Amino acid sequence: MAESGKIDPMHQFAIEPLFGTDQLAIGGYNIAFTNSALWMVITVVVLWVFMLGGMKRDLVPGRWQAAVESMTGFIAKLTDDNIGKGGRKYVPYIFSLFMFILFANLLGLLPIGLFGLHPFTFTSHFTVTGVLAVLSFSIVLIVGFWKHKLHFFSLFVPQGTPLWLIWLIPVIELVSFMVRPFSLGLRLFVAMIAGHILLKVLAGFVINSSNAGLLPGLGVGIPSFVLMVGISALEILVAAIQAYVFALLTSLYLHDAEHLH
Amino acid sequence: MDAEAAKLIGAGLAAIGAGVAALGVGNVFGSFLESALRNPGAADGQQGRLFIGFAAAELLGLLAFVVAMILIFVA
Repeated sequence: MAESGKIDPMHQFAIEPLFGTDQLAIGGYNIAFTNSALWMVITVVVLWVFMLGGMKRDLVPGRWQAAVESMTGFIAKLTDDNIGKGGRKYVPYIFSLFMFILFANLLGLLPIGLFGLHPFTFTSHFTVTGVLAVLSFSIVLIVGFWKHKLHFFSLFVPQGTPLWLIWLIPVIELVSFMVRPFSLGLRLFVAMIAGHILLKVLAGFVINSSNAGLLPGLGVGIPSFVLMVGISALEILVAAIQAYVFALLTSLYLHDAEHLH
Repeated sequence: MDAEAAKLIGAGLAAIGAGVAALGVGNVFGSFLESALRNPGAADGQQGRLFIGFAAAELLGLLAFVVAMILIFVA
């Protein structure tokens, strides 16, 4: 009877340099082409193909065109509802952000393990989601200061603040404001990493229980497998929701920068 | 108690935070559904706020997960 293997759910997140580029460097910084970079390229290519296939101008759209139009219409509505006046100029950024994160999350769930390949969710690293969050936050700061100059700081003194609290409220508001990029990146990162760890642990249960014999295999393996199917469906939903929440919160922060309340 | 054991016990206790976050997330969606059934016309307009509330509740639960991960793999 085989020894039950130790389940290592964190190995799937390891960053490996590919194609022998692990010593490639510019100015002392390693620029190896990693599996994370490969999946970013794959995401961009799939997204590009999706958009190209649907950017037709038929008056009565076919299915592909209708799919692309539903995505662009969804983001246009999101920016209109949440940024209000002057929101249209952010649609390209919010759209790229949303589609990139959505496709990244979904491509990491592909069942290509059937063909012996391993998908990689590059949004399961805080370095990547942190950079995306810093990007959104930088746009908020640049827009805020460009448009309002120093009056931007009136964001931290909400209307109707009583004078006897004027020493406390801006401090609380400032802390809450500075936490925004951190929470934005952390939310996406933890949602992705938690889902994949859970799936890997359940998969470990299926394999170890099947190796332990027929009875454990049926008693533990089959419910674990059914749970994996359910959790995978939930993960697809979470992938879409987390992409939507990232875009929604970025729009809300841009509303604050544009309209200062 | 050696440090390694204490870390793992701490990580296990952090999982309680994840369980409590489940209450929070369920509360957000439950309130939405309850009021949506009372006033279906106004429900679609509030969907954005539903997801903002979900994201905030979920984040705090995920912070408990992050504490557990730090205890197991970093500290």
